[in-house]
Amino acid sequence: MNKYPSEPLKLWKKAKELREQYYLDYARAKERGGIRWSGSAWALDAIPEGLGEDVYALTGEPYAASVSHDAKFNKQCQDAAEAAGFARDLCAYMRTYWGSIYLNKYLFGGEFPRPDFNFQTQICCSHSKWYQHAAKLEKAPAFYIDVGVGPYKDLDESRLMYVVNQGLESIEWMEKVTGRKYNDALFIQAVKNEMRSTSLWAEICSLNKAVPAPLDEKTMYSLYVLATINKAKRWCADFYQELRDEVAERVKRGIAAVPNERCRVMSDTQPPWAFLKIFRYLEEFGAVSIGSLYTFGLEGIWETKPDGTWGARTTPMDQGIDITTREQAMRLYVDWNLSKPQWQHFYDPRLKTEMMKTIVKEWKVNGVMLHLNRGCEGLSLGIMENRLGLATAGIPVMTYEGNMGDEREFDMVRTQNRVDSFMEALSLKRDFVHA
Amino acid sequence: MGSRTIKVVFLEELKVDGAPQLRWGIKKTLIMFPDDLDMDVAAEKIFTDGLTEAGIAREQITRVVATGAGRKQVKFAHENITEVGAGARGALFMCPSARTVIDVGAEEGRGVKATPEGKVVDFAGNEKCAAGAGAFAESMSRALQLSLKEFGEASLRSNKTIPMNAQCTVFAESEVVSLIHANTPKEDIAKAVLDAVASRVTAMARRVGIEEDVVLIGGMVHNAGFVQSLKAALGVEKVLLPDLPEYVGALGAALIAAEANA
Repeated sequence: MNKYPSEPLKLWKKAKELREQYYLDYARAKERGGIRWSGSAWALDAIPEGLGEDVYALTGEPYAASVSHDAKFNKQCQDAAEAAGFARDLCAYMRTYWGSIYLNKYLFGGEFPRPDFNFQTQICCSHSKWYQHAAKLEKAPAFYIDVGVGPYKDLDESRLMYVVNQGLESIEWMEKVTGRKYNDALFIQAVKNEMRSTSLWAEICSLNKAVPAPLDEKTMYSLYVLATINKAKRWCADFYQELRDEVAERVKRGIAAVPNERCRVMSDTQPPWAFLKIFRYLEEFGAVSIGSLYTFGLEGIWETKPDGTWGARTTPMDQGIDITTREQAMRLYVDWNLSKPQWQHFYDPRLKTEMMKTIVKEWKVNGVMLHLNRGCEGLSLGIMENRLGLATAGIPVMTYEGNMGDEREFDMVRTQNRVDSFMEALSLKRDFVHA
Repeated sequence: MGSRTIKVVFLEELKVDGAPQLRWGIKKTLIMFPDDLDMDVAAEKIFTDGLTEAGIAREQITRVVATGAGRKQVKFAHENITEVGAGARGALFMCPSARTVIDVGAEEGRGVKATPEGKVVDFAGNEKCAAGAGAFAESMSRALQLSLKEFGEASLRSNKTIPMNAQCTVFAESEVVSLIHANTPKEDIAKAVLDAVASRVTAMARRVGIEEDVVLIGGMVHNAGFVQSLKAALGVEKVLLPDLPEYVGALGAALIAAEANA
């Protein structure tokens, strides 16, 4: 039944170790006199890097996603947030994060490590409120940067400078709350690191255009997470460079993630983390999930290439631009982030639909599985418009309801039944049953 | 293998020359309420009972295909197919001009777009909420202390439109209770409930695109009030209503079995 050779990804274990080390480093930062800050995976994390080489971040969404894999602790966190009076239809990650603070318990052992400050961007409807409340509980100062300046295609000088000036102001604020002198050279290096990380991740995702796909989305979740936790660190960029080389080698040798690949699907939004086996279930039909706008564009930075295809955005360094000042670095850095694919649908769902259609075409996708994610209002925004746009374009689409971080809202049996119907509609029968 | 009832359809080959649509004929249908029986035991029982009533020996059965929520429990089936695929296949066999299939069973309501051959192109169904399913209407008829038949008939006597805001069965029931306390006539409440179900199901059908003819399958075909509400919600002149509507899914599975054997 297998059409292609397959082998485990060599760097998978290293990705796991790096992720583990990141959480431990954050917890132990104070032992070394370091600085801890917290914010979302979309925070402009190159900026705090200018405070020193001993700055450690805790990004909230990946932390909550990790908690989701521990059903018992996750439930305790949800209960703690609800006991504090928060409704269960709020962002599931936010509730988990708050719950972890309320319980004063850290997933990776010990008490919840309080940050020295919170540093957050605002584009999603929950993001600033999340850290406003966290800051209140932690008695920690907070700074918010409003990045909601409209879609990147409409970016002009005044919109760009609105965000740039907030970034520059945040540096002065950080100096004040930490008592440290800001180091522009470290900031510039962090900007470069982040640009490398996010461009390389896009390049890795582009390699999945190959048939057979060298990566499946379940594996990609273990890889993209590094960009969500610490994309401005050198180790992150270096890892992605290594990974790009390994994935390119897999493409060259025709190594498949799913050896019986005969159908390619893509997903959307965060998956229900406690039920990733749904992706293994797809494999029983010979279906590989090649990724999604979510895995590609949550952190990956893209551009349209001269031939019209979608590919990794060329970094300023590769364009020969020499970054020398704080102001110049901030300007390039903000521009880079405002082009983030996953920020565009907040303004107009049609922008997301067009990107999804591009993925369908270039990644040779046979069908799309949309997760109506009740745990994330931000990324679910406009998702039924996306469904309509895809269906109108003749692309088979299925939807399933769930929640990325609250397993009470996911029904595995019903979802499998939906998948069965979708696979039937794609004329696929089950090849085998996973043990 | 539905969530409320189990149905079996036996097909036989008719071999009517020059009439390919008459290739297969229904030999026997049977329905049962499994009550406390395990699904696999109930499946075996209805199959055996059906064979006996039809006067067929087990060895004469060449292929069995199971469908429905409990399809994987049918141990003696050669394969299983989802209720979406089976419903579309059966509906198009009964009503070949149909392109949109609306299926309202006890557990789920769904809209399906199909090819002339009965292959599914797109589908949408209710998720965990029961508001677009037959169970919702059943629950509301209980609140009004009417049988399902009386419930449907009562709604036809109303020409009022009372919007029901609640989409959840639990909240809708409390809304019905409020209407009762406000001395709203039962027929108006019945129509309000069936309009609400029709509205939900129509929203699902709209997701896949409504292309005429529209066929309704599932137990709600027997509810004349619902059919009326559905036509109004869809904005169509007619909704095709097949014979034996609750058997359409089982028929679709039987056709797939027969065709695999042909």
